[in-house]
Amino acid sequence: MTLPFVAGMVLFLVLPCIAVLGMAFTDWSLGAREFGFVGFQNFEVLFGDRTFRQSLGNTLIFAAIVTPVSVAIGLWLAVLVEASVRGRAFFRSALFLPVVSTTVAMAIVWEFLLHPTLGPVNTLFAALGLPRQGFLADADTVLVTLAMIGIWENAGYVMVLTLAGLKSIPSDLYDAGAIDGVDEGWSRFWAITFPMLGPTMVFVVIVSLLRSLRTFDTVAALTQGGPRGSSEVLLWTIYEEGFMFFRVGYAAALTVVFVVLLLVITFVKFRVLDRAVHYG
Amino acid sequence: MMGHTVRLAVLAVFVALSLGPFIYMLAFSVKSASEIFSGSLGLLPQSTEGLLNYPRALAAEPLLRYLLNGAIVCAGILIFQLLFAIPCAYAVAKLRFAGRSVVFGLVLFGLLIPIQATALPIYLGLAGVGLLDTYTSLIVPFVASAFGVFLFRQFIKTIPDELLDSARLDGCNEFSVVLRVVAPLTLPTATAFGIFSVVSHWNDLFWPLIVLRSPELNTPPLGILAFRSAEAGDRYGELMAGTVIITAPLVVAFLVAQRRFVEGLSLGALKG
Repeated sequence: MTLPFVAGMVLFLVLPCIAVLGMAFTDWSLGAREFGFVGFQNFEVLFGDRTFRQSLGNTLIFAAIVTPVSVAIGLWLAVLVEASVRGRAFFRSALFLPVVSTTVAMAIVWEFLLHPTLGPVNTLFAALGLPRQGFLADADTVLVTLAMIGIWENAGYVMVLTLAGLKSIPSDLYDAGAIDGVDEGWSRFWAITFPMLGPTMVFVVIVSLLRSLRTFDTVAALTQGGPRGSSEVLLWTIYEEGFMFFRVGYAAALTVVFVVLLLVITFVKFRVLDRAVHYG
Repeated sequence: MMGHTVRLAVLAVFVALSLGPFIYMLAFSVKSASEIFSGSLGLLPQSTEGLLNYPRALAAEPLLRYLLNGAIVCAGILIFQLLFAIPCAYAVAKLRFAGRSVVFGLVLFGLLIPIQATALPIYLGLAGVGLLDTYTSLIVPFVASAFGVFLFRQFIKTIPDELLDSARLDGCNEFSVVLRVVAPLTLPTATAFGIFSVVSHWNDLFWPLIVLRSPELNTPPLGILAFRSAEAGDRYGELMAGTVIITAPLVVAFLVAQRRFVEGLSLGALKG
């Protein structure tokens, strides 16, 4: 009964993982006649490489913008949506729509909205007397622009995950708070809601962090790492090295670094989940 | 009362930001080229000429074919995922057999490793057996879903053993226990998992971009990219009509079954 699953896992997970680890220590390039083991050379080249450092830096900056901002907005939205039954279903769905819709298609819509000359956003800027922006076309603004699209996509997701956490806060806590004079607005939020949401929030932060570190679709669709590498992110670099330049050994080394980064964060998530189970 | 007004005002602003791109996509999909170039911000088209954007987009690019490809690939992936995951989850949850902990270890390992980690060797393997650029290459890497086994195991553990025993007393072997007793009970889990799986694979760009070369096999995300390059960037009305067509199936499905979508996609957070 477990045979088909196990066979699939061995074929598409276990063997490829071993292969990637092996390839990372070779200088294999697709089409090359021969290749050999080169030890840690790929990793040495990697950490000295300008593109890789820029890519790692961009990825971390992107995650450092998207994660806190989308978590803060998503949390705020969840509290507001939960505050009253009126319109709750509508607000939840309207704010969740960006999560469901095809990222690549919506990226193309964003590209048009942010077009330097024709885009409605720049038309609006001009009408308000603000300077037109290059957004995706400008090396100085491209990463921040991609991050804004990332926030647009992730805030609704954070909201929904947080709503689930809010539901599990017992209402007697709010009743007790009301007796003690903590009965509305921000004081109630900081005294009761936020501390009770602790494990949920850590979980949501980590999920958002993992999602933003894996960003690929908007970069592939809109900027391909440009202009001049200013939107180069790790997954795009792996894609370029492995599947456009076919430098297999080098791309495998990149993959190993990328996966190690994700694994470290995932382990933190599982520890948090464990604790949430024990005390929740 | 004051609090309610503020709440509604803040939510209205965020709803406008959230829905803005969708509204503009729809609005510009029915505007003529001249109107778009005039740089107007109005949402309603000034003439009906822009309605022709839809037939033009459909004539310029086989968008419906791309939707069909998306449906074939997602259905193929989901059917195999369910066929492989439910029996395996049942075995791990309810049966004692040698290697049970090894199988569960595989499941946990699978939860940790994203497709991007294994893409390179899987690509080379598929190239080796001549399967690149086929429906098979789009489906086969995803048929064994560790996340699926994990979810179904959680649920199947809650099925009372008495129920399974009485089925066995009625002469069911383990396979018909799975087919007749367990599988029907998993329907709510299967729905949530199905929505998660279909949405992720329908929207996926990374893997199709790697294995596909033939335009006629394009999945929806690749298809809309192909349409954009073919349009060479100045027929925005048609391009917006194309994005409406490509995003419509999931958006409509979401509007029909909002609660289930929210459930299914929230589950995905467990996977990371």
